[in-house]
Amino acid sequence: MKHIISVLVQNKFGVLSRVANLFSARGFNIDSLSVGETQDTSTSRMTIVVEGDDRVLEQVTKQLNKLIDVIKVIDFQGGEFVDRELVLIKVNATATTRAEIMQMVDIFRARIVSVREKHFTIEVTGTEDKISAFLDLMRPFGIKELARTGKVAIARA
Amino acid sequence: MNGAELVIDCLQKEGVDVMFGFPGGSVLDIFDLLNKSEIKLVLVRHEQGAAHMADGYARSTGRVGVCIATSGPGATNLVTGIATAYMDSIPMVAITGQVPTPMIGNDAFQEADVTGITRPITKHNYLVKSTDELPAVIKEAFYIARSGRPGPVVIDIPKDVQKAKSSKRYPEKHEMPGYKPTVEGHVRQIKKMADAIKAAKRPIIYAGGGVLLSGAWDELRELVRKTGIPVTTTLMGLGAFDEADPLSLKMLGMHGTKYANLAVCEADLVIAIGSRFDDRVTGRLDQFAAHATFVHIDVDPSSISKNIEVHIPVVGDCKHVLAKLNEIVEPGDYAAWIEKVAEWKAKYPLKYQQDENGPIKPQYIIERICAAVNGNAVVTTDVGQHQMWAAQFFTHRYPRSFCSSGGLGTMGYGLPAAIGAQFGNPNKRVVCFAGDGSIQMNIQELATAVDHRLPIVVCILDNRYLGMVRQWQRLFYGRNYAHTCLVDTANRSGEPRIDPKSESAPPPYHPDFVKLADAYGAAGLRVDKLAGVQAAIDQALAETTRPTVIDFIVAPEEDVWPMVPSGAAIHEMIDESDYTLL
Repeated sequence: MKHIISVLVQNKFGVLSRVANLFSARGFNIDSLSVGETQDTSTSRMTIVVEGDDRVLEQVTKQLNKLIDVIKVIDFQGGEFVDRELVLIKVNATATTRAEIMQMVDIFRARIVSVREKHFTIEVTGTEDKISAFLDLMRPFGIKELARTGKVAIARA
Repeated sequence: MNGAELVIDCLQKEGVDVMFGFPGGSVLDIFDLLNKSEIKLVLVRHEQGAAHMADGYARSTGRVGVCIATSGPGATNLVTGIATAYMDSIPMVAITGQVPTPMIGNDAFQEADVTGITRPITKHNYLVKSTDELPAVIKEAFYIARSGRPGPVVIDIPKDVQKAKSSKRYPEKHEMPGYKPTVEGHVRQIKKMADAIKAAKRPIIYAGGGVLLSGAWDELRELVRKTGIPVTTTLMGLGAFDEADPLSLKMLGMHGTKYANLAVCEADLVIAIGSRFDDRVTGRLDQFAAHATFVHIDVDPSSISKNIEVHIPVVGDCKHVLAKLNEIVEPGDYAAWIEKVAEWKAKYPLKYQQDENGPIKPQYIIERICAAVNGNAVVTTDVGQHQMWAAQFFTHRYPRSFCSSGGLGTMGYGLPAAIGAQFGNPNKRVVCFAGDGSIQMNIQELATAVDHRLPIVVCILDNRYLGMVRQWQRLFYGRNYAHTCLVDTANRSGEPRIDPKSESAPPPYHPDFVKLADAYGAAGLRVDKLAGVQAAIDQALAETTRPTVIDFIVAPEEDVWPMVPSGAAIHEMIDESDYTLL
């Protein structure tokens, strides 16, 4: 079962490794982990995507809550939330394929952020489904490089 | 004030009067001031000893134990002691020196990433990067160490932070938005618990170290007085309930009493108080009290439903929750159950056979010592057979009087813990039970005990084996005593060869604990005949200004019974009679 866990932490030295340690110590592979400051610079929000047995993950969530620097933990499973991911893609673009790529970028409301002689760099944000659909379409052109942020999530309420 | 002065000042404001440590380059500024302060520094011989002393001090007094070591190897030597305290939830603050901040990460001399190393074995840790943070960090560290589920906290202080000046002082309050332990139990849950107790027919209380950590023994006694429910305790919970009470079932689990284990398995209500369903207690999980309703009181929510699915969880401090429960609790009808439990108790007592002319049985020694101190002593142990015998054959009557490494199972814990306990309880008798194997893991601390004229009685139950491992080899490895014999072995099966006439062979006793005690300035006695046991105990207890080491030569192949084999259910205990020598 895939879990999206949002952890509000104090913006302090060592917090990231404490949090990541809790997962690794139980043999979980973290699919993605993204961190950034919140509106309050003394706190950061981590969004962690992890695959694992529900019961064990409940234990991990409890353990996360025990960490001194952790203020709040939410496991978004089933709840109402919005999640997004940002991906930068470097894709081959020749004279013959440029137009087609630009059209798809348009449809997906992605953006071309850099143009070079033989490739575009495209920025796309969105849900996992949207991003994988876009990547599927780009693949035939030849993706040269790819970087993704991992999910960030926030509750709707 | 500079950083070092702030450390001393804040420690004094926390009420620290004794700490255990070893100096080194990176903590010299603090040591320089310690000598001029009110705080007594006990110089150890190995930093591991310092951590165990702070631990023994904490377990036996309920206060936060403090130890200090230098950077790098000093700090890494504390690690085993910190992990020991972590596994048993012992309040401790460990202060370590660190190389100056500009040198951190440069592989400087005696540098180690102490916060990184201790992260998985501390409740929290700090690398103090500026002197301004220091007072608040110390305040937080002590609060974290002793509140909620207690545990060790490490404060790593770089040398330049100790030297720099700051106008910050010990704060009145601490601010930790993420740390608010739940102390008060939920009223509705407590009510549910009371209802379950009233409705039960075969209830049992399973009390753990949490009862001692929260100081809830009076409340526990009150609960038993009001309801008449029998009580079994874990190794960590020994002393939480008076074992002389008819309702005490002593310890449960792998080497618990048969009657406690049977009672747990037959119970229809298990009231777990400050205990965590450790695998050494539960045995095979799916058969542990398979038909019971589980009630669990614990201050740590992550401890609840971790191993066993709990029906009525109560998150809160044991003392608080039990006090609230006692206000409303009413007994059910347990008459038939109490009778049954009493029957088991009479039918399956802990037993051993002491022949008048045979070798001394370790259980006998423990019983004699218990009688000699009237059950009133702080007992510390190492880890192994002697630990289990001390748990079984000493009658544990008083809280905070049994210090033993339960979770981590640290050999070498007993002697330094005894020293810490003696500092915390100068007027109490402190007895350390050790094996001939484990005592050698921190025997250097005899020097510390001698320096401070501590009348600790160190009883070595000397069977010339790493006894518990040898017992497992006997039961599960076809009696192949691979490298568990501590004296010269004649053959591969590990039979000891004690041949004083052979010149090439080492002496029968090596080390010679009597000579070793003498070398350290302690009293040393050897007892190898039953008749000598009492006299040696009396002689040791008469000492008031130095430790005594008694080397009891005991039956070499005595085993700990009963025993739940690893992976079995706890009612499937085996006994000596179930097992013939292979």
